[in-house]
Amino acid sequence: MTSTPVFGQTRGMGELIEVADKETVLAPFGTELAALGRERPEIVALTADMGRYSDILPFRDEHPDRFWNVGMAEQNLIATSAGLAKVGKIAYCTTYSVFVTRRAYDFVAIACAHSMANVKIFAGMPGLMNGYGATHQATEDLNMMRGIADLTIIDPCDATELRQVVRAVADIPGTVYVRLLRGHVPVELPDSYEFIPGRAARVRQGDGSVGVISTGYMTGRALDAAQAATGSGVDAGILHVPTIKPFDTEAVLEFASAHDRLVVAENHKKTGGLATLVTEAMFDAGVLRPVIRVGLEDGFFECGSQEYLEAKYGVDLPRVLRAIVDGV
Amino acid sequence: MPATLTSPPGTADVAALKDRAHELRRLQMTMTRGKGEGYIAQGLGIADTLAALYFHELRHDPADPDWPDRDRFLLSTGHYSIAMYAVLAAAGYLDEDELPTYGLNGSRLPMSTFDITPGIEVVGGSLGQCLGQAVGMALGLRLDGSPARVFCEFSDGELDEGSTWEALMGGATFGVDNLVALVDCNGIQADGPVTVAIEPVADKLTAFGWDTREVDGNDMQALTDALAASRERDGRPKAIVLRTTPGSGIPSIVARPRAHFIRVTDDEWAGFMDELEANR
Ligand SMILES: Cc1ncc(C[n+]2csc(CCOP(=O)(O)OP(=O)(O)O)c2C)c(N)n1
Ligand SMILES: [Mg+2]
Repeated sequence: MTSTPVFGQTRGMGELIEVADKETVLAPFGTELAALGRERPEIVALTADMGRYSDILPFRDEHPDRFWNVGMAEQNLIATSAGLAKVGKIAYCTTYSVFVTRRAYDFVAIACAHSMANVKIFAGMPGLMNGYGATHQATEDLNMMRGIADLTIIDPCDATELRQVVRAVADIPGTVYVRLLRGHVPVELPDSYEFIPGRAARVRQGDGSVGVISTGYMTGRALDAAQAATGSGVDAGILHVPTIKPFDTEAVLEFASAHDRLVVAENHKKTGGLATLVTEAMFDAGVLRPVIRVGLEDGFFECGSQEYLEAKYGVDLPRVLRAIVDGV
Repeated sequence: MPATLTSPPGTADVAALKDRAHELRRLQMTMTRGKGEGYIAQGLGIADTLAALYFHELRHDPADPDWPDRDRFLLSTGHYSIAMYAVLAAAGYLDEDELPTYGLNGSRLPMSTFDITPGIEVVGGSLGQCLGQAVGMALGLRLDGSPARVFCEFSDGELDEGSTWEALMGGATFGVDNLVALVDCNGIQADGPVTVAIEPVADKLTAFGWDTREVDGNDMQALTDALAASRERDGRPKAIVLRTTPGSGIPSIVARPRAHFIRVTDDEWAGFMDELEANR
């Protein structure tokens, strides 16, 4: 059943913004995981009553004997996944990002990361993607998760990258936290794009004036904004940083050095996420450039439609464009 | 400061309370009008409980929402907000005219409850957080010698959360008999029917030290009787397991296979209203 987007109200959970003129893929995470499960019998999957809302049901439908819904019990989800990992399985598990990070944090740190357990957490609706207000918005998830040692953190841009990430994480040793995109996920990156764990990728070549460093779906927004900026005579370069931890310091410094000024864009608070990592790296290396951070101020955020929230809190397309063109 | 607003035990006017519950259902349906979606099934299911609480059991004063000795009602299951706003309007905490803003951008009546709304005591929605707070409130009120009691609704899905069981043990340990837990067992959660082995709920709560009753949560007589019995102050916290029917009052919604989040077209809406009136 298709639903018509309603712009003035909070919508059902998990709807991504439907961008009229963009190609989308339905549930790329679950379909890719189901396919991977065919090839690798050691893969198992779990959810905490968020199967439908995390797109994992294609795996359940194909591999019902390797799938468990533990109920709405996020700490137990992570612990059970860790147990499976410790007897040789690769455990993919899902719930909303906010409940992985805030509720199950200690379990991720100790049951999983500390033992390098093969648990691959796909965390739904990261950042400001949920219209249900502060209880559902993981606006500090990168900040929290980067504080955990031996944890890999990935924030994919689009359906193309997410599919590759589903496969890649199976071979990344230890625990991985992935910011999940679900529903009708847009395609932003070209077919030729290749996700390499731990590596940032230059996805747009500019003239060296303005450089955008972005992660997650904000890279899609940055690509749109950079295209729009050409109308104002600005030719911005874009460095997409899908792996937040370990951080590709080298690529970031090289990119920063090659641009006069920088914009960092992320679906996260301005503190503790990508912008903090970028500026830390630059400062440490003595690479100093003006940086505009596009992200959320500190605070709790309200309920509402995605468009409303993004515009109100300054992470929408016009905001990125203004940072690129006007440098404010 | 108002004197007790509670009706003495045995005085519940069941017919009048049923009318109130019907009114709450009607208000909720008007809130979904034109929006096409919402948590209406749960809201219809819990309507009788809220009517029994706000128009019979709770000592509260809509003119003075901060009255220190008011009974506290905590709605843990934040997505039941639609039912809460209906009862808050019917009781006089909110203006009925505000109800159509439910879920709209900038509204004081968001899809999931926050304590920005008059009459809402706690932030719900991050499920499994309220029973522990209810235990804390009950302890604090008892310490102050307040006659106030605390009523905390939570859902069968919230029985999946470890924090709920931690709070249950805490409540029993501290003997908070000024606390009544209202466990809405509607049989569903986000992914469909409840599949985790939570049953037998009432036996478990009893084993955990709670003075427990189990009722049909859509039977007003049974509800008011259970609430009256839960007034006893014998050193044990009270629990009422409510067996509710998602969509109660509108058979076509009851019949929906997936009731957690419902989409309603404008055509269906009119038919549902007719059913609601016919089932009065
Ligand atoms: C801690 C937490 N985990 C997950 C969710 C997402 N979620 C929202 S409603 C829901 C189902 C909970 O069960 P229940 O309250 O019984 O659902 P209902 O009866 O309304 O279908 C879930 C898992 C949440 N809000 N909070
Ligand atoms: Mg339920």
